[in-house]
Amino acid sequence: MRGREDEWTGLMRSAMAGDDAAYHRLLKAVTPVLRAAARRGLARAGQPPDQAEDIVQDILLAVHLKRHTWDSEAPLAPWLFAIARNKLIDALRRRGRRIFVNIDDFAETLPGEAPPETASAGEVAAQLATLPQRQRDVLQSIAVDSASIRDTASKLSMSEGAVRVALHRGLAALTAKLRDR
Amino acid sequence: MDTDQLIRTLAADNAHRAPKVGAVLALSLLVAAPLSILIFATFLGVRPDVMSAMHNPFFDMKFAVTLSLAIPAIAISLHLSRPEALMRGWGWLLLLPVALLAVAIGGEMMMAPAMPMTMRLVGKNSRVCLSAIPAMSLPLLAGALFGLRHGAPSRPALAGALAGLLSAGLAATLYASHCTDDSPLFVATWYTLAAAFVTAIGAFIGSKVLKY
Repeated sequence: MRGREDEWTGLMRSAMAGDDAAYHRLLKAVTPVLRAAARRGLARAGQPPDQAEDIVQDILLAVHLKRHTWDSEAPLAPWLFAIARNKLIDALRRRGRRIFVNIDDFAETLPGEAPPETASAGEVAAQLATLPQRQRDVLQSIAVDSASIRDTASKLSMSEGAVRVALHRGLAALTAKLRDR
Repeated sequence: MDTDQLIRTLAADNAHRAPKVGAVLALSLLVAAPLSILIFATFLGVRPDVMSAMHNPFFDMKFAVTLSLAIPAIAISLHLSRPEALMRGWGWLLLLPVALLAVAIGGEMMMAPAMPMTMRLVGKNSRVCLSAIPAMSLPLLAGALFGLRHGAPSRPALAGALAGLLSAGLAATLYASHCTDDSPLFVATWYTLAAAFVTAIGAFIGSKVLKY
């Protein structure tokens, strides 16, 4: 458990230093843990586990947009689990329950519980459709068509800078829509 | 969108760097401050006898009290803008202005009273104090909440309350240079009431706008 969390901290430090591949690996590594915890939280609240993926995506977006609040001298796990817990509580509350989530839900996840590699979720996809055209095109190109920033730029006849701006604004707008829904 | 696709998209945005919460908070307070100073300059102004008042330790004490509220409140609000932050180990900082006031009240009690206690307590400006501090706080509170929205507080109402305290502390610092009531009893009563009011507004708005 300790080694895993140290690895996450190292990956996040590299990511903040500009290593996109490390960032990708970090997000891939934490997702099964977040998913297992979301399922457990839903189960405890008597909710069907099929909404877990919405919660996971919610957490990932918050992690991404708030990563400047992480102190790079500190371990990543407490910061990550605090965000995850917050988002899980929000999700359960939105479904009409007051529930207190134990932080150990996240810390004690066993690797064996990791469910399927990836899964679809409806909420992010639904909000994606409400974004302005340009942001939607850029997100679609990078997410669904797995195009790079450069390929997206040439495909949509935009500059790479404009693609980056639209990408970030699109992600921020998605998160705001999910929060305020 | 499946989660792998989302992760790929987030990784593509890794180059984006957001400024630190402290920088955004500082900037938004700097933008808000002229509005509060404008309210001060238009309706209040520095008291005419400020030069002689500066020789009165109870006049100076007012600034020590208000700044010992504002500065720790800024520090705590920044601390709380991290999602994993707890109040533990930080709350005692908010006792600084209380302790200063207690010492000042004790000091005044030991001196020969210049005025009866009720007059020191009620003063001449209690109503002005109760409206001027909240009025000057509001622009600063808006700035503080805007800045703290950049953070990720796990307890939005608490972070909003701290935004209220810091803006009340800053507004009270301005107000202290206007008010001719220097008795610590007056400060302990009316400044506290005004600050509590602003803090409640901050907590209420914070609970709505500081969720991330």
